[in-house]
Amino acid sequence: MLELDRVVTTYGAVRALDEVSLAVPDGEITAVLGANGAGKTTLLRSINGLVRPASGSITYAGHDLITSRIEEVVTYGVAHVPDGRGVITELTVEENLRLGALWRKNREETTASLAAMYAMFPPLDERRSKVADTLSGGERQMLAIGRALMSRPTLLLLDEPSLGLAPRITAQIMATLRRLRDEQGLTVVLVEQNARSALSVADSAVVLNLGRVVVQGAAAELAGDAKLRHAYLGF
Amino acid sequence: MTPVNLIIYGMANGTIYGAVALALVLIWRSTRIVNFAQGGMLMFTTFIAWELVERHHQSYWLGLVVAIAAGLVLGAVVERLLVRPVENGPPLNAVIVTLGLLLALEAVAGMIWGNGLSSYPPEFSLNFYHVGHQVIYLSPNFLFIVIAALAVMVALYLLFQRTSLGLRMRSSAFNPEVARLLGVRVGRMLTLGWALAAGVGALAGVLIAGTEPNYMNPNGFDGLLILGFTAAVIGGLDSPVGAVVGGLVVGVALQLLDNYVSGDIDFFFVFALLVVVLMVRPNGLFSRRSVRRV
Repeated sequence: MLELDRVVTTYGAVRALDEVSLAVPDGEITAVLGANGAGKTTLLRSINGLVRPASGSITYAGHDLITSRIEEVVTYGVAHVPDGRGVITELTVEENLRLGALWRKNREETTASLAAMYAMFPPLDERRSKVADTLSGGERQMLAIGRALMSRPTLLLLDEPSLGLAPRITAQIMATLRRLRDEQGLTVVLVEQNARSALSVADSAVVLNLGRVVVQGAAAELAGDAKLRHAYLGF
Repeated sequence: MTPVNLIIYGMANGTIYGAVALALVLIWRSTRIVNFAQGGMLMFTTFIAWELVERHHQSYWLGLVVAIAAGLVLGAVVERLLVRPVENGPPLNAVIVTLGLLLALEAVAGMIWGNGLSSYPPEFSLNFYHVGHQVIYLSPNFLFIVIAALAVMVALYLLFQRTSLGLRMRSSAFNPEVARLLGVRVGRMLTLGWALAAGVGALAGVLIAGTEPNYMNPNGFDGLLILGFTAAVIGGLDSPVGAVVGGLVVGVALQLLDNYVSGDIDFFFVFALLVVVLMVRPNGLFSRRSVRRV
C-alpha cells in the first residue's frame, strides 16, 4: 500500500501540495484528477523522489520514500511513466526497454520481459532497432509504459498518459492499464487531466485543487456526481 | 610530397587529434562542459609516463599503461572534486574551473619537471617505410599510433553500444532524470565518463609526444587541445564518430596547407576553419538535430 500522510511540497513560497493525505490500495487503479497546476505532477514527483517534500511522510511497502535515493525507488517495485517526453529519444526502442530492466541485472528475466512487452505492444516489435525519436506520440507512450513494466513493478505511476493522444489511442492505453490490474494485480496511480477516460478505468479517485485534496471517493460515484464534475473535472 | 603521402601523413596525425576530440566529446555530451583542462591533464599524465620511461628507464609500455591509469584517476578526481560542485551552476562557472585547472596543471608541471624542452622516446622507428624507391610517409611509430588510437575508439564504441554499462552511461548523458528513475546511478556514470575521457586523452598525449623530438613541455600540448577542439566542433561536439572524422579532416587539411601554402599559418588556418564551420554548420557536420537541451 502506498500511503501519503500530510505531505507538504513547496516551490519557494508556493505550496504545490498542501497537507495531502492519500492511501492507494494494492491492486487498484487510483486516479488523481484536477486542473493544470492542481499539484498532480508534483504529487508523483514527491512519491518518486524528484522533489523532496518539506514535511509529511510517504511510504510504500514498508519503505520510507522521502529518505530514499531516487535511484533506489525503482528497486522497491515503483515504476514511473513520465509523459511522452520521458522516452529517451536518442536510444532505440529496445535500448529504452532494456533500460527499464537494467537494475535487476538478470539476463533471462530481461529477455522474457522484452518478449512480453513486444507481445503486449506489437507496434514496438516492428520498430525494435529504430531510434525512439522516430516514434509517434502513441508509440512513445507505449514505450514509456513498456519500459516501466520491464522493471516488473508492483506500483505504476503514470503522468498524463493521454496527453496529446487521439481518443482511440487513449482508450487502448486505458484498456492496457485495466488488463494489468486484472491479470497481474498491478497497483496504478493514474494522474490525468482527461477525467472522463481516467474515471472509466479507475477504482477510486482523488481530486486535487490548488494542492489540496478536495474530493476523494469511488470512481463511479465521482463520475455520477454532476455538480462535482462541473466544478472540478470539466465534463 | 605526393598528394597520397600528404593524405597518409595527415590522417596519421589526424587520428591523434581525433582521440583528443573524442575525449572532449565524451565529456561534453554527458555534462555539457567543454573540458579546457584536457590539454593540461594529458600533458600531466604524459609527464608522469616520461618520468618513468626517460628518467627511470622503464619500458615504453609500462609508461603508456601508467599514463592511461593516471588519466582515469585524474579524470574521476577532477569530476568529483572540481566539476561536481559547479555542474548545475551557470555554464561559465565550469569554463572558469576547467581553465583554472589547465593553468594550475601547467604551473605544477613546470615546478616538477621544469619549463625546458625534452623528448619522449618513441618505441618504434620514426623512419618512413619505402616501397621500392618510393617513400611512403608512414613510419612504424605512426602505424602504431593509428592502430592504438583506432583500437581504443573501437573499444569505446563497443562499450557504449553493446554493454549494459554503456547503455547506463548513454542514458545518463541523454536524460539524467529519467535514467535516475530507472535506477541508474547517474553520478557514478558521470564520474566514469570523465575518467574514460581523461584516459583516452592520456593515450593521445603519449602517442603524440613521441612523434617529434623536444615535444615535452608544460605548454607543449596547448596546440593539440586546440586541434582536438576544432576536430570536435567539426564533428558536432555530440558525436563520437564525428570527433574521429573531424580529427582526420583537421590532420589532412593541415598537411595540405603546409605543403601547398605555408607551415607558418597553421593556427590561423585552424581558427579560420573553426569559424567557417561554426558559420556554415553551427552544429557540426554530424549532429542530428539543431537544438538539444538535456
